Amino acid sequence: MSSTTMQHQHTLEHHGHHDDHGHHKETFITKYIFSQDHKMIAKQFLITGIIMALIGMFLSILFRIQLGWPDKTFPLLETFLGKWAEGGRIKPDFYLALVTIHGTIMVFFVLTTGLSGTFSNLLIPLQLGARDMASPFLNMLSYWLFFISSVIMISSFFVQSGPASAGWTIYPPLSALPKAISGSGTGMTLWLVSMVLFIASSLIGSLNYISTVLNMRTKGMDMWKMPLTIWAFFLTAVLGVLSFPVLVAGVVLLIFDRSFGTSFYLSDIVLSGQVLPNQGGSPILFQHLFWFLGHPEVYIIIMPALGITSEVIATNSRKPIFGYHAMVYSLIGIAVLSFIVWGHHMFVTGMNPFLGGVFMITTLIIAVPSAVKTFNYLATLWRGNIRFTPAMMFGIGLVSFFISGGLTGIFLGNAALDIPLHDTYFVVAHFHLVMGSAAIFGMLCGVYHWFPKMFGRMMDEKLGYLHFWVTFIGAYLVFFPMHFMGLDGVPRRYYAFTEFEFMKEWLTVNKFISWAAIVAGLGQIAFLWNFFYSIFYGKKASQNPWQSNTLEWTTPVEHLHGNWPGEIPTVYRWPYDYSKPGHYEDFIPQTTPFSETMSSNLPHDFEGNTEAERIQLEWEKEHVAERIN
Amino acid sequence: MAQSSAEQDRTNLKAKKFLVWLFIVSSFILFAGLTSGFIVYTAGNPNRGIKTLLPHVFIYSTAVIILSSVTMHMAYLSGKRLKFKQEKIYLILTMALGILFFILQLQAWKTFVDQGVYFINNNASQSFLYVFTGFHLVHIFAGLMMVLGALLGNIRNIAQVRNMFRLETTSIFWHFIDILWIYLYVFLLLNQ
Repeated sequence: MSSTTMQHQHTLEHHGHHDDHGHHKETFITKYIFSQDHKMIAKQFLITGIIMALIGMFLSILFRIQLGWPDKTFPLLETFLGKWAEGGRIKPDFYLALVTIHGTIMVFFVLTTGLSGTFSNLLIPLQLGARDMASPFLNMLSYWLFFISSVIMISSFFVQSGPASAGWTIYPPLSALPKAISGSGTGMTLWLVSMVLFIASSLIGSLNYISTVLNMRTKGMDMWKMPLTIWAFFLTAVLGVLSFPVLVAGVVLLIFDRSFGTSFYLSDIVLSGQVLPNQGGSPILFQHLFWFLGHPEVYIIIMPALGITSEVIATNSRKPIFGYHAMVYSLIGIAVLSFIVWGHHMFVTGMNPFLGGVFMITTLIIAVPSAVKTFNYLATLWRGNIRFTPAMMFGIGLVSFFISGGLTGIFLGNAALDIPLHDTYFVVAHFHLVMGSAAIFGMLCGVYHWFPKMFGRMMDEKLGYLHFWVTFIGAYLVFFPMHFMGLDGVPRRYYAFTEFEFMKEWLTVNKFISWAAIVAGLGQIAFLWNFFYSIFYGKKASQNPWQSNTLEWTTPVEHLHGNWPGEIPTVYRWPYDYSKPGHYEDFIPQTTPFSETMSSNLPHDFEGNTEAERIQLEWEKEHVAERIN
Repeated sequence: MAQSSAEQDRTNLKAKKFLVWLFIVSSFILFAGLTSGFIVYTAGNPNRGIKTLLPHVFIYSTAVIILSSVTMHMAYLSGKRLKFKQEKIYLILTMALGILFFILQLQAWKTFVDQGVYFINNNASQSFLYVFTGFHLVHIFAGLMMVLGALLGNIRNIAQVRNMFRLETTSIFWHFIDILWIYLYVFLLLNQ
C-alpha cells in the first residue's frame, strides 16, 4: 500500500517536472531543425517535397529535350552534365537514368511523402483536436530518415557509373546484376539504400498517423464526424502499413541477389559471354512482391489528394460534400480493392489467362468507387455558391484529370487490350494524368488552401491563377497527345525512337510535347515566387480566411506548441454544415453546439436523441407563436 | 494542472502502445510477404523446395522461446503487483533465454551448412531458410533491446506509469516474436 502512494507521488512529481520542461525556451535547432512539433515537421516535409519535385521536373525536361530534338546538339548540356552529354547530346545510359530517377522521385519522394507527410502531419492533429502526434519523436525521426534518403537518392548523380537506370520498378535481372548496365552499379546500390530508408520513414509516419487518428480525437469527434481529409490520410496510412513491408521483402531479396550471390530472382543468364552460376531464380517473383506494394502505392498517392479536394471543394462551393458516407465507403472500397489488383501490371509476364481474368475483373471494379467519388464531386459543385480561389481551381483540376486519366484505366485494365498497349505511351499518358497530374494538383490545392494555416499569411491570388492555367493547360498538352502515340504502338523508355521507320512521324508531336513541358515547367516559377515570397511578405491571414468549419481554423494564427492555448475545443457536429437553411451565416463550425443554432437544426441532426428533439420542437413552437404575435 | 497533464500522458501512452500493435501488423505483413514469396517460388518448379530435414536444434529453440514468453509474462505480472525485485529477476531471465535462443538459431545455421544447405544456393527455397530465420533474429535483437530498456527502467526506478508502459510494450512485442517463430517453424515443417 505504502509503495503505491510513493509511486503515485513519484508520478505527480514527474509530471510537475514535465510541465516545466514545456516552458523551456526553444533554441533555433529545436524549433526549426530537430523539431518535434507536427506543424514544423509538416513544413519541413513540404519544402523538401517541393525541392524534390523541382529536381524531378528538371530531369523530365532534360529527357524531353532528347525526345523532342533527338538529332540536335546542345553544347550547353555538355557544360552542365559533362560526360553524360558528350557533344551536347544526352547519352543513352544517362537518358535511362533520367527516366528512372524522375519516376522514383515523383512517385515516392514527392507524391508519397511530400504529399502525405505534409498534410497528414499538418492536418491530423489540427483537424482532430490533438496537441500533437502520438509520438512526436518518431515523427521527427520519420522526417529525418526521409531527408537522408532524399540526399542519398540525389547523391547517386555524383557517382562515376551514374544513377540507377533500370526504371523506377527496378525489375531484376537488369537491376540485380551490377555489371549489366552502368546504372546497375553503385547507382543501383544507392537507390536501394535510399529506398530502404525511405520505407522506414514512410512506415514510421504511417504508424504514427493511424495511432493518432484512432486514439487522439477530441471530445465529440467520433469517426463519422471526421473531415474527409482525415479519412483519406487514415486509409492511406493503413495502405502504407500493409504494403510497404512487402516491398522491403522484395528489395532485401534483391540486395541478397546483388551483393551475396543468391539466386532468388536470377536464372539462366549469360553476361558478356560468360554464363553466370545463378540458377533456378524467378524474376516474376520480384514483380509479384513489387506490385503487391506498387499498386496500393498509386492509391497511397491519390487518396490524400482526393481527401484534400473533398474538403476544399465543399468549403468553396459553400455546400455540404455530396454523399459524405458514400465518399468514405468508396475510399474504403478503393483501399481494399487495391490489394487484389496487382496482377494487372503483369498481364504480359506469361500469367495464366484465368488469373489474368480475375485480376481484370477486380481492376474494373475499382472504377465503381472511383466513379462514385467523381460524381460526388460534381454533385457538390452543382448549384453551389462557388468561390474560385486558386485552391478551388486546383481542386477542380484534380477532378478533371481524375476523369480523363481514369477513363483510360478502363482500357488498360483489360487483359486483352493490355497486350498491345502495355509499355507504350498510352500507359504513360494514363498514369501521368490519373495519378501524376491529379495528385500534384491535389497537393497544390492543399498548399494554396492551408498556406494561411502553415505560415500565417496569404498567397497571391493572381499569381495562383496564372500558375493554375499554365500548369493545367500545359499538363493536358503534354500528356494528351501521348495517348495517340501509344495507340500507334510507340513504346515508352525508348531513347532513339526515330530509328524505327513507323515512329518517325511522331517526331513533331514529341517536339510539341517538349515545348509544352518546358512552358509548363517555367509556369512553376510563378508558384515558387508566390510561395517563398508570401512566407515572408504575404498579406497577413485572418484566423479563418476561407470561412471553413473544421477545427484547424479555431487555432490562433500564431503557432503554439500544443495548438490551442486553452482547452481543446469540443466537437458537436459534422464538418460540412455549409449554407444550412435557417442559419444566418453560410457556415457553422464544428465547435458550435446545436443549442446555439436552433433556427437551423434538422431532425436528423440529433441522431435519435429524443430529449434534444423535444427541446427543438418546443423551441419551434415558441418561435411560431412569436411570429404570429 | 498536474492532474490534467497526467490525464494527457495516459492518452498519449495509450496511443504509443497502439503504435507497437501497428508495428506488429506491419512486421507480420513482412513475414507474410516472405512466406508467400516462398510459396510462389517453390510452386514454380518441382526441383525447388527445402529438400532437407530441419535440424533438431529448432525444437530446443522453440522450447526456449516459449519459456521466455512465460518469464516475460511473469515479469509483467510482478511489475503490475509492484514487486520490482521479482520483475527484475524475470526480465533478466527473459533476456538470458532470448540470448540463448539467438545462439541456438546460429547453431541451426551451422547445422544447415554441415548438411550442405547453403545460403548461396541455386535452389532459393533453401536460401529462404536463412532469410526467414535471419529476419526473425533481427526481431529478436529488437526485442532484446526492449527488454533491456524495461530492465534499465526497473533499475532506475522510473515512475510506475512509465515502467508499466515499458513492460506492456515489451511483453506485447516479445509474445509476438514468440508466436512469429512458431508460425515460421510450423510453416517450414509443413513444407519440409
